[in-house]
Amino acid sequence: MCTRDLVCVALALVVGGCASADMAPRAMESPNLGREATPAQIAGWDISVGPDGVGLPPGKGTPPTGMLVYEQKCQACHGATGAGQPNDRLVGGQGTLASKAPVRTIGSYWPYATTVFDYVRRSMPYIQPQSLSDDEVYAVTAYLLNLNGIIGANDEMNAQTLPKVKMPNQSNFVIMYPSRGK
Amino acid sequence: MDASKRRFIKQSARLLAATGLMAGGARQAEAVEPPEVPPSMKVPGSGMSEYGSPAKHESKVTRTLIRSQPGTTGSGASRTPLESLDGMITPSGLHFERHHNGVPDIDPETHRLLIHGMVKRPLIFTVDALLRYPMVSRIHFLECAGNSQFLYQPAPPNLTAGQTHGLVSCSEWTGVPLRLLLEEAGVDRSAQWILAEGADAAAMSRSVPMAKAMDDAILALFQNGERLRPENGYPVRLFLPGWEGNMSVKWLRRLKVVSAPIMTKDETSRYTDLQGDGKSLMFTYPMEVKSVITRPSHGMTLRGAGLHQISGIAWSGNGTIRKVDVSTDGGRTWMDAPLAAPVLPRALTRFRLPWKWDGTAAVLKSRATDDSGGLQPEREKFIAEHGNNAVFHFNGIQAWSVAPSGEVKHVYA
Repeated sequence: MCTRDLVCVALALVVGGCASADMAPRAMESPNLGREATPAQIAGWDISVGPDGVGLPPGKGTPPTGMLVYEQKCQACHGATGAGQPNDRLVGGQGTLASKAPVRTIGSYWPYATTVFDYVRRSMPYIQPQSLSDDEVYAVTAYLLNLNGIIGANDEMNAQTLPKVKMPNQSNFVIMYPSRGK
Repeated sequence: MDASKRRFIKQSARLLAATGLMAGGARQAEAVEPPEVPPSMKVPGSGMSEYGSPAKHESKVTRTLIRSQPGTTGSGASRTPLESLDGMITPSGLHFERHHNGVPDIDPETHRLLIHGMVKRPLIFTVDALLRYPMVSRIHFLECAGNSQFLYQPAPPNLTAGQTHGLVSCSEWTGVPLRLLLEEAGVDRSAQWILAEGADAAAMSRSVPMAKAMDDAILALFQNGERLRPENGYPVRLFLPGWEGNMSVKWLRRLKVVSAPIMTKDETSRYTDLQGDGKSLMFTYPMEVKSVITRPSHGMTLRGAGLHQISGIAWSGNGTIRKVDVSTDGGRTWMDAPLAAPVLPRALTRFRLPWKWDGTAAVLKSRATDDSGGLQPEREKFIAEHGNNAVFHFNGIQAWSVAPSGEVKHVYA
């Protein structure tokens, strides 16, 4: 057999190998059917706000304007000034967490102020979620933080000030992952 | 039929009813004993049906303890009636529910999944597209972090096994490994977390570690062979084997690849575990090793001394059940209960043990061990370590007392 014949045989083997690989995809080969999302599409859906403030929209609000929003949109479920009833209490309870009757509220329990904005914007009011304007969400967040004695009566909450608010119970959270998760 | 024959049939019916373990009253209908021919053999039966239902005589086997927040209908939970089931699979219609603002009505034609954030190419997927991806099938339990929370109470709750422990169910889940879609989008190497968000009215969201997403996370499209039920996330849900149920976000619409946890309401103020000293444990993801005897259990009555079958379930979010011990004397002595095959990782495992009851007072307990070294603790020990203030992740041992009358009740023992 001449050298040229050997080369031909080798080529045929390589080509044949490739062809059969095309016919038999890997077991977990992806069909790659994702369609590229545009920035405008993402902006319409990206409502999450991290503790560093990433994701906070433009806008602002203060406790006095928040009180007006709260009385109209929140009070029926959460009681006057966040006292609770018929649903979750939002104010007070500081100093009770190690007692026999702990009261978990935004003020006594929640570790991050940005979570209040994130949660109210995505989920509240319960019967009309995602109906508040960003200014209204900032305002009602400011009102609840002020009722809990965490910010002043006229402190403005916006994308710069809200992530800087230090929540009193933050240092009492012990992160268990990855030590306990696999 | 003469009077003595009728009397005999009535007595037989009572005897038949008495041999079973009955949660409710004995059935009133008269049994048809041989040599009489059953009426069902004398007329044609009913025809075929498009989608089958349970037998009409099982209509009382329903999800239980359905409760929602005041003034709401869809912010709460319903529980699997564990005491009425056997085997390892939960029927889809009896799978527990936990919703934060109801079950959304989603048309799969219009539903979209967006993957974005720290990726090379942000991508949108239709449900039809997802159905063309390679899939895997896995049998896993799903357990709400709040399952068994009534056992934190200082007094034993007057509740059935399903009412206390029915926030766990087990299904075969079929779907696309999440890793495939993340690789298609091209995840930034420094990204350690993913925010998962649902298309429900709560826009329920949780941060998931990238390591879990790349390991065994599934985008589930099928449950027990059929497309997901609406209350279980139709048309697509995240499924994280072994981890607290709240993280397996239903009605999944968005995955945002991020560098750090978003600290959503459900991972900060809600699904965290307040300890007796005022500290709170956060990101307690795997559901710990646990078991419960489902039969006999609270609300049932043993009809007479003699041989009875103890049956129950064990599971662990940390691995595979290795051993279940059963005690009938309140934990003084233990017996190794045989496990029913298949015994699978992060799946409900059925155990069964024959027990010759002598008719005196007894206390039944089960205690599970998994292959990660986890051992289910006595309730007293669990409460001593964690206090009574937590709501989630209770995995202490459940005790049922059996009175000489045969009555079975929930006790702390």
